[in-house]
Amino acid sequence: MKLLISHIRKEYEGRTALKDCSYAFASGGVNVLMGPNGCGKSTLLRICSLLEEPDGGELIYSDNGSPLVPDMRLRRRMTLVLPRTGVFNTTVAKNIAYGLMIRNVPFAERDAKVEQALAFVGLAHKKMQNALTLSSGETQRLGIARALAIGPEILFLDEPTASVDEENTGIIEAIIGAMKHDGRTMVIMTTHDRDQAGRLADRLLIMSEGKISEG
Amino acid sequence: MNALLQSIYLAFDLILHLDPVLFGIILLSLKVSGLALLIATVFGLPIGAALGLKQFPCRALAISVTNTLMGLPPVVVGLFVYLLLSRKGPLGFMGLLYSPGAMIVAQTVLAAPIVIALCHSAIVNVDPVIRQAARTLGATPGQEMFAVIREARYGLLSAIIAAFGRVMAEVGAILIVGGNIAGYTRVMTTAIALETDKGNFELALALGIILLLISFAINAALHGVQKKGSVKTS
Repeated sequence: MKLLISHIRKEYEGRTALKDCSYAFASGGVNVLMGPNGCGKSTLLRICSLLEEPDGGELIYSDNGSPLVPDMRLRRRMTLVLPRTGVFNTTVAKNIAYGLMIRNVPFAERDAKVEQALAFVGLAHKKMQNALTLSSGETQRLGIARALAIGPEILFLDEPTASVDEENTGIIEAIIGAMKHDGRTMVIMTTHDRDQAGRLADRLLIMSEGKISEG
Repeated sequence: MNALLQSIYLAFDLILHLDPVLFGIILLSLKVSGLALLIATVFGLPIGAALGLKQFPCRALAISVTNTLMGLPPVVVGLFVYLLLSRKGPLGFMGLLYSPGAMIVAQTVLAAPIVIALCHSAIVNVDPVIRQAARTLGATPGQEMFAVIREARYGLLSAIIAAFGRVMAEVGAILIVGGNIAGYTRVMTTAIALETDKGNFELALALGIILLLISFAINAALHGVQKKGSVKTS
């Protein structure tokens, strides 16, 4: 799946968040968006993940050259992990199973995918623990596992290591690195950390005053 | 003092010997309050959820009215339901006055605002990030709302238990619309009032003890639910 954004604009109560934002994301790889606070990175991720509508411009998803309709079916082929992962007051396993449950994935398949996602982020030993008891770093890993369990074609990560310790930052970077090698999921992430961007990015994009340019 | 102790002794004697009059009154109380709670929950829970989840005109007014109705005096509810169900009232044709049905209506009116207001409160207290999380994972608007309701489950259960506590202990409304007819509309609270007036303290005390035990059980359940809902975070 490919994503083309063309002249995207977004304003919030008179404040411009995105201004004439254009870029063509090719499938696969890790795209890292860097830029100062308030430059529109998070807004762009919410618009690209179809959670918000732009005020102007075009967002074109395509598969093998054919444009896709931006409906619920398309929305379910991607997911966004927020900087503060909201976890449900239940076990880690049930949190991961949520996205599969709402897609009516059969039980057996659901369990296998939950196990796989847990192992991928190193939380298998916390499977039956209440998710609210996890540390902030583990919670962020759970957010990523929950997203990966649904097998997204595009994974949006909004500041995935903004509020986690060094150890968990390393683990999350390793998870993103593993996805990069796997190549099945296109990652579009934001970060403030220039070194992290250097370590992870296949394509480094700089956002400034609501516009994207290649870094 | 001696008379009080003797009354307590006789009260326990009635309880231990499963006195049929005593247990008839208890069963009717549980039936009336249980059905009233069921109806209040069936209507109140979706209304409380809608108040918590949906934006619509006059929402703030609806919340204020519901919160005000939580403190409705039972005698006022009794009077209102009496006027509705009396022969000349708009629902007089139903012939419910002085029947358990009238008592269920009165207790439903008392319980519903509690269920609605506490359900609303439980739902608005769910962290907004939960709804966002459901959305990012591909939930439809209906699934998003269900995720929020599920997060509020312990608060919702607390609302139902609190409403049950209120209707079980209520006397004014059911006395007015039920008439306290022996073997037909006499429940624990109205029987306690009557037996005390008659000087029949042992039956009044026996019912009082049972009512206290039920109240204790309700509070224990409420505490249990709240304890289960609050998870220690690291």
